[in-house]
Amino acid sequence: MQDLLQALTNGAFLGAVFALAAVGLTLVFGVTNMLNFAHGDFIMVAMYAGFVCWSLAGIDPLIAIPIAALTLALVAVLVYAGIIRPVLGSTQLAQMVVTFGLLTFLRGAIQFAFTATPRRIEDPIVGGIRVVVGGVAVTGAQLVSAVGALVATGALAWFVYRTETGRALQAVGEDAAGASLMGINSGRMYGLTWALAGVSTGVAGALLINNFGIDPLAGATFGIMSFIAVALGGFGSVFGAALAGLLLGVVQGVVGLYLSGYTLTAALGIYLLVLVVRPQGLRGSR
Amino acid sequence: MTATLAPPSARPVPARKVPWGRYAGIAVVAVLLVVYPLVAKTSFLQTIGVTALTMAIASTGWNILGGYAGQISFGHAVFFGTGMYGTTLLVTGGWSPWLTMMPIALLAAVLGVLIGLPTFRLRGHYFSIATLAIGMMVMSILPNIQWLGATDGLSVPFLDEGFWNLTFSLRDKTEYYYTALGLFAVATVAAWLFLRGRIGSYLEAIRDDDVAASAVGVPVRRYKLYAVAMSAALTSIAGSFHVMFVTFVDPSSSSDLSLSTAIALIAVVGGAGSMWGPILGAWLVIALQEYTRTYLSATGRTIDLMMFGALIILVAVVDPRGLVNLVKRGYRRVRR
Repeated sequence: MQDLLQALTNGAFLGAVFALAAVGLTLVFGVTNMLNFAHGDFIMVAMYAGFVCWSLAGIDPLIAIPIAALTLALVAVLVYAGIIRPVLGSTQLAQMVVTFGLLTFLRGAIQFAFTATPRRIEDPIVGGIRVVVGGVAVTGAQLVSAVGALVATGALAWFVYRTETGRALQAVGEDAAGASLMGINSGRMYGLTWALAGVSTGVAGALLINNFGIDPLAGATFGIMSFIAVALGGFGSVFGAALAGLLLGVVQGVVGLYLSGYTLTAALGIYLLVLVVRPQGLRGSR
Repeated sequence: MTATLAPPSARPVPARKVPWGRYAGIAVVAVLLVVYPLVAKTSFLQTIGVTALTMAIASTGWNILGGYAGQISFGHAVFFGTGMYGTTLLVTGGWSPWLTMMPIALLAAVLGVLIGLPTFRLRGHYFSIATLAIGMMVMSILPNIQWLGATDGLSVPFLDEGFWNLTFSLRDKTEYYYTALGLFAVATVAAWLFLRGRIGSYLEAIRDDDVAASAVGVPVRRYKLYAVAMSAALTSIAGSFHVMFVTFVDPSSSSDLSLSTAIALIAVVGGAGSMWGPILGAWLVIALQEYTRTYLSATGRTIDLMMFGALIILVAVVDPRGLVNLVKRGYRRVRR
C-alpha cells in the first residue's frame, strides 16, 4: 500500500511535467493545425540550455528557468520563420516531414556540440530537500518541477482563454481567413503560438534537469508522452492535454511498480484503447 | 441528322503522346543500377548498394499507402520487422529463405489490415499519430518476448552459400546486390500493376479528397485496406531479404522509430506518390548516411543525422514533391 501511494505520487509529479509539455504541443496544433514532431526535442534543447548556464556560469536550474524559456522562445520563433512559414500552405505530408527533419537535425546538432555523453547537474539548490508526508517521500526536485509545471500550465491556459490576444489565437485556430477579416494578423499569431510553445518547453526542460539526466535523446520520451497526452486529451484542447498528461504520469508510476518493462506499453495501450472507443479523445470536439 | 452524331467509337481519339522522357529515364536508371557493382568494387560501396535497394523496396511498400493513398504511416517498421523475425524463425526451422517470403508477406498483409481496421477511421494527423503509437508499442513489447530473443535478438542460422539459401560470399557482395536488384524490380512491377488500374485511381482520389471520393461512390475504407495489405506485404519482403543480408535481428534493428521514419522519409525525399520516389530517395539518403557516418563522424552518428535532417527540411520547403520533381523540371527546361 505504501509502495502504491509512493508510485502514485511519483507518477503524479512526473505527470505535471507531461501536462506542461502537452499543453505547448496542443497549442501549436490547435492554432496552426500542424503537428510538431520535434516538440520533445525542444525540451531536450532546453535541458542543454539549462546545462550550459550551470556549467559555464554556475547558474542553478531554478534561476535558469527564464533563460531557458527565452532561449527556446527564440529558437521556436526562428524555426517558425525559417522552415514552418514556408510550408504553411503546403501539403500535410510536407508539414509533417519538415518537423521530422527538424527533430533529426536538432538531435544531430546537439550531439555534435555536446557529444552523446549523458550530463547531469550536480547539487542543484533543491537537491537536498526531502519531505515525508504519511510515509510518502517527495524530493525537492519533484516538488519544484510539479509546482513549476502546474503554474506554467495555468499561466498558459489563462493567457489563451482570458486575454484579448489569447482569444485572437483561438480565433485564428478556428478560422484563419475569418480572423484575418476581423483584423487579426494570423501570421503574427502563428509566430506567437510557436513562441508560447517554446516558452512551455523551455520551462519544462529547465525544471526537468533537477532530477533527470541530459542527453541528446532525452526529449524522445517527453515528446512521445506529450503526443499521446494531446491525442488522448483531444487535439487542440488545453485542459484535455493537461489532464491526459497527469493521467499518463500516474499510469507510468503505477505500472512501473508492478511491471517495470511495460510503462511505455501501458501508456500507448491506454491511448490506443481510447482511440478505438472515442476517436476524438477525452475532451475533443471533433 | 444522324450524320452529325457519330458513335463514340468513331470519335477521333487524340493520339496518345508517347512518354519518351519516362522511357529514357527508366533505361538510364536501369543501366546505372545494373552497371553499379561492376564499377563499385569495394565492400563499402557494395553495402551501400544492397542497403539502398533494400530500403527502396520497403519504401515502395510505404509509398502505396503513404504516397498514393495519402495515409501517412510512421509505423512501417512493424512490417519490416515482421519480415525480419518471420524469415529468421522459419529459416531456423529449416525453410529456404525464398519460401518464407510469401507466407510472411501474407502475414504482414493480415497484420496491416488488422491495424487498418481501427485506425482508418482516423484522418490526417490523427492516423499518423496512431501508426506512430502502434509502432512504438510493438517496439516496447518486443524486448519482453522470450521466443523472439528478447533484447538479445535472433541470429539467422549458418547456411551453405548458394542462391537457394540466399546466402552468398560476404567478401564480394555482387551476388547480394543483384539479388536485391531483382527483388526491387519485382516489387516495383508488382506495385505498378497494383496501382495501374482502378485501385490506383481510387487511392489517389482518396488522398486528394476522401469526402469527395466517398461521395462519388469510392468504397474508401475497403480501398484503404487493399492499400495497407499490399504496402505491408512489400515492406515485409524487404525485411525478409534484409535479415538474410545482415543475418541478425533484434528489437532496435527491426522496429525502431527511426527505421519507420527512414522508410517514410526516403520515399518523401525521392518523391511521394511516384514510382521513382523510393529508388531515388534510397540511393541519396543511404549514400549520404554511409559516407557521412564513415568519413565525417568521429564521435558517432551525428553529422549524418544533421545532414539527413537538413536534407529533409530542404526537400519539404523547396519542393515537397521530392527529387523526382526536380529532375522532371530540369528535363523540361533542357528540352525547351
